[in-house]
Amino acid sequence: MARMYIFKRFERFWHWAQAALIIFMLATGFEIHGSYTLLGWQKAADLHTTAAWTLIGLWLFAIFWHFTTGEWKQYIPTTKNILAVMNYYSVGIFTGAPHPFRVTQLAKHNPLQRLAYLLVKLFINPLIWISGLLYLYYNQLGATKIAALAGLQLGSIALVHTAAAFMMLAFLIGHLYLSTTGHTPLAHIKAMITGWEDQHEAEPELAQAATPGRRG
Amino acid sequence: MRTGIFMAAVMASMLLVTSAQAAAEPGAAKLLKSTADHSKFKELKQVFNSGPEVTKACLSCHTEAAKQIQKTEHWNWEYKSPEGQLLGKRHVINNFCTSITSNEADCAACHIGYGFKEDKAFFATETNVDCLVCHDTTGKYKKPIGFDGNPVTKNTEFPPGSGKIIKAVDLQSIAQHVGKSSRTTCGACHFYGGGGDGVKHGDLDSSLEAPEKALDVHMDADGNNFVCDTCHDTQGHQVPGSRYAPTAQDKGEAHVRGKHYNTSPTTCQACHGQAPHKKIAKLNDHTDKVACQTCHIPKFARGGVPTKMSWDWSTSGKRGPDGKPLVKKNADEYEVYNGKKGDFVLAENVVPQYIWFNGKVKYTLRGDKIEASNQPVHINSFEGSASDGKSLIWPVKVFHGKQAYDPVNKTLVVTHLAGEDDTAYWENLNWKKAVAAGMASVNAPFSGKVDFIETDSTWPITHMVAPAKDALHCQDCHAANGRLEKVPGIYIPGRVSDHNRLLDTAGWAIAALTLLGVLGHGLGRIVLSKRKH
Repeated sequence: MARMYIFKRFERFWHWAQAALIIFMLATGFEIHGSYTLLGWQKAADLHTTAAWTLIGLWLFAIFWHFTTGEWKQYIPTTKNILAVMNYYSVGIFTGAPHPFRVTQLAKHNPLQRLAYLLVKLFINPLIWISGLLYLYYNQLGATKIAALAGLQLGSIALVHTAAAFMMLAFLIGHLYLSTTGHTPLAHIKAMITGWEDQHEAEPELAQAATPGRRG
Repeated sequence: MRTGIFMAAVMASMLLVTSAQAAAEPGAAKLLKSTADHSKFKELKQVFNSGPEVTKACLSCHTEAAKQIQKTEHWNWEYKSPEGQLLGKRHVINNFCTSITSNEADCAACHIGYGFKEDKAFFATETNVDCLVCHDTTGKYKKPIGFDGNPVTKNTEFPPGSGKIIKAVDLQSIAQHVGKSSRTTCGACHFYGGGGDGVKHGDLDSSLEAPEKALDVHMDADGNNFVCDTCHDTQGHQVPGSRYAPTAQDKGEAHVRGKHYNTSPTTCQACHGQAPHKKIAKLNDHTDKVACQTCHIPKFARGGVPTKMSWDWSTSGKRGPDGKPLVKKNADEYEVYNGKKGDFVLAENVVPQYIWFNGKVKYTLRGDKIEASNQPVHINSFEGSASDGKSLIWPVKVFHGKQAYDPVNKTLVVTHLAGEDDTAYWENLNWKKAVAAGMASVNAPFSGKVDFIETDSTWPITHMVAPAKDALHCQDCHAANGRLEKVPGIYIPGRVSDHNRLLDTAGWAIAALTLLGVLGHGLGRIVLSKRKH
């Protein structure tokens, strides 16, 4: 079976570190919110803050990496074949039809993934980060002398932060499940760990067409 | 090697000689902090037959002392609030023994004067000032109840005919040993407010005379050993930090020695500043909303002395089989019922209540209309809110009472409780006579009817500051049903009642539906793949 090197070392480190941090922050975050008691409020709040700064650090590296390697282009959205992919996940996957998208080094994500990840990166993440930093520096907002910031209520900040956390939770559940939809349940996860994707035997006709033409 | 041992021996012997010399040196042991030894003053080498005679001697050197005292609330028992209410002990009616008026013989035991009387001449007479009650260092000075604030200078039978003798105090010896005020002298009155040890405040009782660190980190007798004056830093006898004029929020810097400040020296911030938490900086983010006392005084009445939490006068009047007012005590020998006073509820290690407080206190005074339909009547109300920018969340003791009032005129009443006469309630247990006499003493109208009404009074909790390790933890408030559960107008992370129900319901529902969806999807894949094979 042919193999292809898809996920580079930094990319894999970034993915798994981010995964661990996000799961940990969901767990501690909802404890701070008051949904349950696990570590004790003070510990949860301390570790949540530490994890937040760690993730911010990780993201600075990741953003740098994405732009210097051109990998950011992997997230350019496309509607091409998006219906075929949606059709695969709602029908084809049950009937044993082949996946309409073929992974290449230049197009690691199918059109649905592109859209989902872009949504996380451009909407959910910024929402969590901005609300989180406002939450953390709530007491200093007044000193900024910016009316829009100084007038913010902690309750509103917390509301947005919690809403974004729920979105992230829903994404995580979907993402975890979809990681099992490779040609074997562990195929995608294995690829994310080793970086190598097995090339499945049945090459779909659509595979080439699914690659967006904008690639340089 | 040998040289080493020799040198060590020489040095050891030198050390021994030096320490022996130090021990032998006379006079080095004790250095008087004061420049005056009062036992050497000829003015004090005389027999004093009364308090005013002592004061006269004091004033012969301390020429301005009485004039300074006459400007204080300690002396006048009167305070005009910024809101225009005339307050102070001479005017307020509380829900303990209710009123000093008409009961001066007893109550004046805690006035810093001799022969307390409601007239101008009394307050204007300098020799009426009692210097000793604050400046005694012997612990022997006493102002017994029933003597209008005078000490007893000859052995006296009291009450007359009781056979009980109150021993005379030696004013000469006491006057020769005066010094600075102490926890004991201040405490002689302030620990016993409300008629007994710890009764009134809850954060002030005799356990603070020599407290352990765990009870009060500042007054710790073996450590910081603060006296009252350390914080209530007094200049010219003007004692700052009265609860009648409290500082609820202090945004000033920590006071530096020598520099003049217009702000109160009694606040925590006056020493600790605005950002006192060094290890966990996030705690400093709380100081804009939460008074230091809220976290650092986790409970009051922690010193082993219970405080009164409620007092029901309406049940008083019962007599025992001997005809005397009935007395019931609890297992710790504290009164829980007294025929002269009614039922009490006592408590130790009490968790305070928490309220927004901006420093303004409004009182229900004698002439104010009160309604039975609007109980409890607030003897005083602490003002404050989350949004006024002047309030902090403060710990308070709320004391509940049920006390006599005039149901026709709808007013609180002055009750004549103490005295050697037929109208005093504590003599004859007759409410109508006692209230009639009390109201007559202030020329206030009385309908002749007495009923009882529920009241409450609020007391700031600010003493008994615990060591940092015993302060509240995050989860004491950041939790469902935590300490601040009932404090309105603020979002507290972790306080479940602050949650937006809609968001939480929708959020969990979406997460659950996503989970159900993917599980269903996965189940479908499993079932169908099995069919194929």
